[in-house]
Amino acid sequence: MLLELENLSCGYTRRPVLSGVNLTLHGGEFFCLLGPNGSGKSALLKTLAGVLKPLAGRVRAGANGRSWLAYVPQAHAPLFSFRILDMVVMGRTSRWPLWSGPGEADWTAARAALVQVGMEGFGERLYTEISGGERQMVLIARALAQEAQFLILDEPASSLDFGNQLRMLQTLRRLATSGIGILMATHHPEHALRCATRAAIVKEGRLLPPGAPCEVISPEMLESLYHVPFSISEVPDKQQKPVRVCIPQLD
Amino acid sequence: MDDNPTCPVPRWRGRTALLLAVLVASVLVSLRFGPHRLSWADLFQLWMPSASGHAVTARETVATLIYGIRLPRIVAGLAVGAALSVAGASYQGLFRNSLVSPDILGASAGAAFGASIGILFSWSILGIQAAAFVFGLIAVGTTCVLSRSIGGAHFALRLVLTGMVIGSLFAAGISVIKVVADPYSKLPAITFWLMGGLSSVTARDTWFLLPPLVLGVTLLLALRWPLNTMALGEEEARALGVPTGLIRVLILLGATLITSASVAVGGIIGWVGLMVPHLARFWVGPNHRDLLPTSLLVGAIYLLWADNLARWLFSVEFPLGIVTCACGVPAFIVLLRRSQQSWAS
Repeated sequence: MLLELENLSCGYTRRPVLSGVNLTLHGGEFFCLLGPNGSGKSALLKTLAGVLKPLAGRVRAGANGRSWLAYVPQAHAPLFSFRILDMVVMGRTSRWPLWSGPGEADWTAARAALVQVGMEGFGERLYTEISGGERQMVLIARALAQEAQFLILDEPASSLDFGNQLRMLQTLRRLATSGIGILMATHHPEHALRCATRAAIVKEGRLLPPGAPCEVISPEMLESLYHVPFSISEVPDKQQKPVRVCIPQLD
Repeated sequence: MDDNPTCPVPRWRGRTALLLAVLVASVLVSLRFGPHRLSWADLFQLWMPSASGHAVTARETVATLIYGIRLPRIVAGLAVGAALSVAGASYQGLFRNSLVSPDILGASAGAAFGASIGILFSWSILGIQAAAFVFGLIAVGTTCVLSRSIGGAHFALRLVLTGMVIGSLFAAGISVIKVVADPYSKLPAITFWLMGGLSSVTARDTWFLLPPLVLGVTLLLALRWPLNTMALGEEEARALGVPTGLIRVLILLGATLITSASVAVGGIIGWVGLMVPHLARFWVGPNHRDLLPTSLLVGAIYLLWADNLARWLFSVEFPLGIVTCACGVPAFIVLLRRSQQSWAS
């Protein structure tokens, strides 16, 4: 067990948007969270990351509490254009005293994290001068620099083009294979079907029981979530492996 | 030093050496020039009395001029310029807004109100400065308490909006004082004081000024890395394990100490805390590790030269606040035009 949620309620005000969440997540697991806008996915992830306080229940995370968790927000463009290596080393802020700064070990960890996501040549470039996909990779590298055992990602693919979405998913799959737990909220059922080891649906203020993505994500479930008729088909990829795709019915 | 160890020759060393050289040269030039012009030999004689045969009385005159009048003013100019610039850079990072200046939470308006009360009731200079300092703190304290009591999300935005409201309230208070003040003695004194200036600074004033400025600047310099994460957004900083509430309080405290003490001694000296951080950011980038020390040195040099211009431009001394505004506005517009692409989100 790496992350355990016990009867957790969360929300932005005192009124919970999601309540009674019980879930156990393991290292090396790729867990996808699906649900419509406003269902409480982001509130749940922010509560796990320590951004929001739980309204009820508790979160038990590894042996060292939240230092095992790292939160990856959506790629954004901050007002001030930091150097990418500075952005990544900021992931380790909690490791040095408030009045101090990063030491040699922190810079080494930041450079290693950039290598891990395939961005080793980007350290001296400016964060606002790279593409959205590259920014998302930098944010993942920042989470890795924290030496976290679990990454919490809030809709990381939402502002990426098709190619960058795939590159990011490949990176996350590789990280999961190396033993790092992934908890990702997504609006793309196909991402869950393709990459996740488990998935769960957030609906009407509740987290439905998790399971294998192909069991949890059914045409009926998608239709009840998004109010559009769906069908799910199996097609072969280039290596003739079957891949499930969701096909919405448009007028 | 938390500089990047991969960098073969740390850039900050060369930059700091250059700025320090400019600073020393500026101080020497400022010591020489004024209504009574001194030669290099006069300065040399003052510090190396055995080197030449100057008369003792001449040396005493130079010493009085330097230590009693020019040096306190130069020290005050350097300290206020450095401190306001560091406070401005810190506020801009904290509020993620490059148009924020240290007086955004009402410190300047509060301090000006306190000083106006002191002048109205004919308090001593020390009393006026103390009133300015205390009312500056009261204004920011009221802003913080009010914005917290309103509740809800977006605390930083609430804080800035409440600061504007409190600032307006104290500005209205100043207007009331001006209305009731004696138009022949008090009103001109209040008006001139509000324009900002270091002409009446004494050695005692610098002793009053330096402790809060040193404390405030040290606090802000120490928080350079947490400020970087705060500049990404409070939510993100919290997710990175930064105690955002504590950092915000410490930065507000440091900047308020600086602003209140500066206004207490020099009146309202605008544009320094807004313009200098932009100039420094344009040069060294947004990382507060480099930005704060650079702002400190550039701000000190900038205000020293603004004060020199105020002293030298005309036969009658010009208010410093007008000079900083006249220099700051065109420089700010040029900087905005040149750096728009690199700062744009």
